[in-house]
Amino acid sequence: MTVLLDVHNLVKTYGEGEAATRVLKGLDLTLEEGEFAALLGPSGSGKSTLLTILGTLMKPTSGEHHMLGEDLTIASDAELTEFRNRHIGFVFQFHHLLPDFTALENVMFPTAVRQGRETRAARERARELLVRVGLEERVDFLATELSGGQKQRVAIARALMNQPELVLADEPTGNLDRESAGQVMELLSEINENEKTTFLISTHDEKIAASCRRQINVVDGKVT
Amino acid sequence: MPYAFKIALRYLTATKTQTGLLVAGVAVGVFVFIFMSALIGGLAVFLVQRTVGDIAHVTVEAPSRDPVSLLPDDAGVLVVEQRATTQRNQLRTANAFLPLISAMPEVVAVSQQIIGNGFLVRGQATAPVTVTGVEDNKVSAIADIESNLVAGDTMLTNSTVIIGKTLAEDLGLSVGQVVRLRSERDVERSLVVEGIFELGVEGLDARAAFVSLATARTLFDLPQGISRIEIKLADLNRADAMAARIAAETGLDATPWTEGNAQLLDGLRAQANSGNLIKAFALITIVIGVASALLLSTYRRRSEIGIMRAMGASRRFVVVVFVLQGTLIGLVGGLVGAGLGYLTLLPFPLPELSPPGGLPIDVRQGSYGLAIALTTIGAILAAILPARSAARVDPVTVIGQ
Repeated sequence: MTVLLDVHNLVKTYGEGEAATRVLKGLDLTLEEGEFAALLGPSGSGKSTLLTILGTLMKPTSGEHHMLGEDLTIASDAELTEFRNRHIGFVFQFHHLLPDFTALENVMFPTAVRQGRETRAARERARELLVRVGLEERVDFLATELSGGQKQRVAIARALMNQPELVLADEPTGNLDRESAGQVMELLSEINENEKTTFLISTHDEKIAASCRRQINVVDGKVT
Repeated sequence: MPYAFKIALRYLTATKTQTGLLVAGVAVGVFVFIFMSALIGGLAVFLVQRTVGDIAHVTVEAPSRDPVSLLPDDAGVLVVEQRATTQRNQLRTANAFLPLISAMPEVVAVSQQIIGNGFLVRGQATAPVTVTGVEDNKVSAIADIESNLVAGDTMLTNSTVIIGKTLAEDLGLSVGQVVRLRSERDVERSLVVEGIFELGVEGLDARAAFVSLATARTLFDLPQGISRIEIKLADLNRADAMAARIAAETGLDATPWTEGNAQLLDGLRAQANSGNLIKAFALITIVIGVASALLLSTYRRRSEIGIMRAMGASRRFVVVVFVLQGTLIGLVGGLVGAGLGYLTLLPFPLPELSPPGGLPIDVRQGSYGLAIALTTIGAILAAILPARSAARVDPVTVIGQ
């Protein structure tokens, strides 16, 4: 297997001086291509901070962060934005869709924003993804017109739009009922198996974690 | 359609009431701008028309006969210059220049005149008058006597005179009555009052008397030559340039109307400045309105901006989306305001035709293009601050919320 992501001795400190809080304390983690991993840990252990850094939304205070052979600690904000757009997909607990846009437009967003326009090819791919997540009947519905489970499925389709190597999911089922949660996890697992997309899923739920092929425990800012 | 434009348009159409109010606010500002432009412009036309409409735009006279010192200024010699009084200052060669001046494309009327002072005498009553001798058929070439007649007509012969209404009342004269006109050269002629006019200018209504050129020659003992040539132009704002051109081509003294009406010009300038100030306030209001509304939108859409940034939208993209919103608001508001302004001003008569006491609004001077352009530029500038604020939104903060 090829290494997709590697962080070494990752440190993240919030605040300065006496108010400084060290959340990540020299964390090491390697993810290989095609992994389907759960990120476990109690609240305040540093899971969300780790996901944010791995998603290039924030830089670590110190340490090494490599993905696809690139050193992301020295990249500029613009370079990180482009890297994120091309190689990383996000699924959030609260889906975070754009409310004034349809399901199709939400899914198309990552490609359209990179290309500067909505192409026919992007539209076709977005439609295929929505069919795949079982929302062929809801393609032209506004995000506000969808149920919680449907919104989360649109968010998954959006995360896959640019065929990213890594999808980071932060409590993707945390806001769903048990049935919808099961469907979402099944969908993620199926995509992982068929497309070899790497998933790192942050969760508190032991059952969800058990359905993943690898469990990564974060305790007190380190992987145990 | 560029994607940033689509997002901007969607944001605006998603909040129709807010966008509608914003566009309406901008349109009102543009309307004020256009109304002020038309009003100030119309007032200027009205005032100039009323004040300068009945005077010559350029007056051509013989050059001064005063002696010119050939000594340099620093020659160390005291020189006394004395005004030439041995001869009257008159244009002897006017006939040579008249065809040249008349042929100039911007000249609409040329009037040869003999000017002098005198007294109108009726019984024991006398009144001082400024006598203007004009060509028989050109009484209304400069001042529009014809349209302002209150009695009689403007048919000048060697035995008729046309006088102002105040003067006629002072001497108890009416059309057809005979009055004696005694000139400054002590020549006296009996003339029949042919017409009485009222221009609304006291100096003319109480002191002016028009006679034929031939009568004036007799009265002022001037067998040849004339006192001056008065010229009316198609565009009175070109008077300075035309006076310079006529002076250069004829060698005569040519004076534009602006030289003798500095106070009027100062008044018009002050009026234009006041108008510009009001227009500037209208623009500032637009800029503040657009900036505050977009700033509000930035705060309201913080989480969406954060999501866009997380999905790979660059800071530049976010800036463009918000600046485009400002541009669209400015452009649409400008077009609506300009359209409403034009339609509102259209029923007003042009200042030239405005009745006394009316509102002299000039629909042609609404500065519509300028209003739209300045509003759009203002709205773009107003959008920059909210756009920069939006681009600074930290996706981590809003995603965590």
